[in-house]
Amino acid sequence: MQPLNALGTLVRFGRELRGAGLIVSVGQLESFARAFQWLNPTARSHVYHAARATLLTRREDMAVFDRVFYSFWLGVAERPRMAGKMPLAPRHRRSTGPALATLMAQKAQAGDPEVEVQDRSHTANDDELLRRKDFAAMSALELDAVRRLLAARRWEFATRVTRRKVSHRRGRELDLRRVPVQAARSGGVVLELPRRRAKIKQRPVVILADVSGSMELYTRVLLQFFHALSRELGRVESFVFATRLTRITAELQLRNIDRALEEVSQSVVDFASGTRIAESLHVFNTEWARRLLGRGAVVIVVSDGWERGSVESLKKEMRVLRERCYRLVWLNPRLGQPSYEPRVEGMAAALHHVDDFLACHNMQSLAAVAEHLTRLPRRRGSGLSLGGLSLGGFSLGGLSLGSAGRAA
Amino acid sequence: MGIFESVISGVSGESVSGDESVQFESVQFESVAEVQRLLAVHGYVADEALSISLFLACKLGRPLLLEGAPGVGKTELAKVVSRILSTELIRLQCHEGLDLAQAAYEWNYPRQLLEIQARSRSASDGAQRVAGLFTEEYLLRRPLLEAIDPQRAQSPVLLIDELDRADEEFESFLLELLSDFQITIPELGTVRAVHRPLVLLTSNRTREVHDALKRRCLYHWIDYPSAAKEIEILARKVPGLNERLGRQIVQFVVRLRHVVLYKVPGVAESIDWARALQQLGVASLTADSVNDTAGCFLKHRDDVERLRAGLAEDILQATASA
Repeated sequence: MQPLNALGTLVRFGRELRGAGLIVSVGQLESFARAFQWLNPTARSHVYHAARATLLTRREDMAVFDRVFYSFWLGVAERPRMAGKMPLAPRHRRSTGPALATLMAQKAQAGDPEVEVQDRSHTANDDELLRRKDFAAMSALELDAVRRLLAARRWEFATRVTRRKVSHRRGRELDLRRVPVQAARSGGVVLELPRRRAKIKQRPVVILADVSGSMELYTRVLLQFFHALSRELGRVESFVFATRLTRITAELQLRNIDRALEEVSQSVVDFASGTRIAESLHVFNTEWARRLLGRGAVVIVVSDGWERGSVESLKKEMRVLRERCYRLVWLNPRLGQPSYEPRVEGMAAALHHVDDFLACHNMQSLAAVAEHLTRLPRRRGSGLSLGGLSLGGFSLGGLSLGSAGRAA
Repeated sequence: MGIFESVISGVSGESVSGDESVQFESVQFESVAEVQRLLAVHGYVADEALSISLFLACKLGRPLLLEGAPGVGKTELAKVVSRILSTELIRLQCHEGLDLAQAAYEWNYPRQLLEIQARSRSASDGAQRVAGLFTEEYLLRRPLLEAIDPQRAQSPVLLIDELDRADEEFESFLLELLSDFQITIPELGTVRAVHRPLVLLTSNRTREVHDALKRRCLYHWIDYPSAAKEIEILARKVPGLNERLGRQIVQFVVRLRHVVLYKVPGVAESIDWARALQQLGVASLTADSVNDTAGCFLKHRDDVERLRAGLAEDILQATASA
């Protein structure tokens, strides 16, 4: 093979990988090409491992990488492809078919044709009504309005004190390191004492949302809510579950909300089936918790607690989950119903290990959730036992189980 | 003395030395097979994939990012490589809040302050009072600066351990170091390695390492070894271990890894366990001996409870019948 041809082949291989959604830089391809100076280009394992070491940057891409590698270098198109389709890295998937949000709107309208909210004048009164109306009772237009309100609002979130120090004029600590620097500027005289304080950062958020039958109506709106959250805050990890846990963070990171929701409906197979909360939490606890719950994460579970599996294991998984995060919040739309009591066996069991138990059935309750989350104490311990009090200002039936639950 | 005299750029307006001057002189692996052989000689059982990654990291002069579950030998690899190359191992353990002052360099500010005070009595001129305060004399060197010290006669191995524990701010600082093997100190100039360190980074994936950093590295995912390899590792790491017991331990642990646990035992755990069983004089695994020593390989209360509630017997039966 001519050297030029060999190089061309490598470049084409890089293009194939990019086509499959991997990010491959020119520098990485160059390293791959240079590797052949010392390796045997006819030994398959050498080519393979060299390509992997130089071109791959994360373990999740390995399956896609292998597929492209085999089909490109060995021409193994006949290798059984998964469901006849090449898997793509999530960020580059194209849009096909009608958007889920549209579908959702149509469905809602069909189910509730009587309600008409044609008035677009947006008086304060309309907004107020909309804010209090249960999502389940909303028409397509109203849901659309909710969507716009969610997208327009600025969300804030709980913060924590990190161990990194930054200079700050009113910091509590002296920043001695900077004293000589300043003194040098003023001819060796210390004119002012620089100060520093701990850097404040947003806490990581993990959302575990139930998409089973009993929750479907709410979940669709809540996904909008989380989508708005993750656009504003960045570090939000989202999962949905019914019978099994699916990570949807990548899908929600797409900027277009319709596309994002459509991605969710493609990757989640069990919209509207039974719920196995304990099993899903177990998968989260064993496979994801270690990677996602560092740095004082807040975990938000959205479910009505209709557990089809064992209540004992739900209790256990909730305990383990809580041991590993900074704050465990449970959102339950049924809490919005005046007569609601957590009688469902699963819900009652889970409550032992929950810090905050809040409603999420309308805009008003979502706003209260957001507000509550911004007010979480920055340090663990300080104010935690006041969980019940911190809720005092809100006019919704939220129960906060701060210290009682923790002691259990 | 004088690490800056020869290599400073920017301050004296000297041109930065070209890429060619930065090289590994001490790293002389001839082939992938040799890497694998040398690792084995020094007690590290590696597969071909890891050997190729390490070989390429040396040859291409790129840092190697090792990811994998805890206890699969990521840190150990750096130690062994430094022994093979008979060069110094410089280790930087990452933690939250790690900053330049702890990782690269710090000005000895107490001394600087004392000096300013001492001079304030004698010197009347402001320039005199602060002259020479920001020179090497007042510089405290931390691991990263040590690793690129131009005065070194030989490339060291630089281990940046558990990078995922540090925060994103620290990663962006590493970018300059890992692509150019230089550190810029505003008051002094740029320090640049003459002998490029061999850099190994490890991550337990408690957080995703940033893409920009990953692209500057070669990437290798260390998986749990095959059962045969793990038996070999035990034999090397625990001298005098009963061969049959070693095989039983590995079979048990391999099966245990397929059970969904909160904390999966790594190779480090099997080694610990083998040592413990050897100390206790156990010749063959029984349910009792497994349960008594569970703390060696299971580190989560619920996992231990599950083991004692019958999981141990189940696995032992399964391995016996297999």
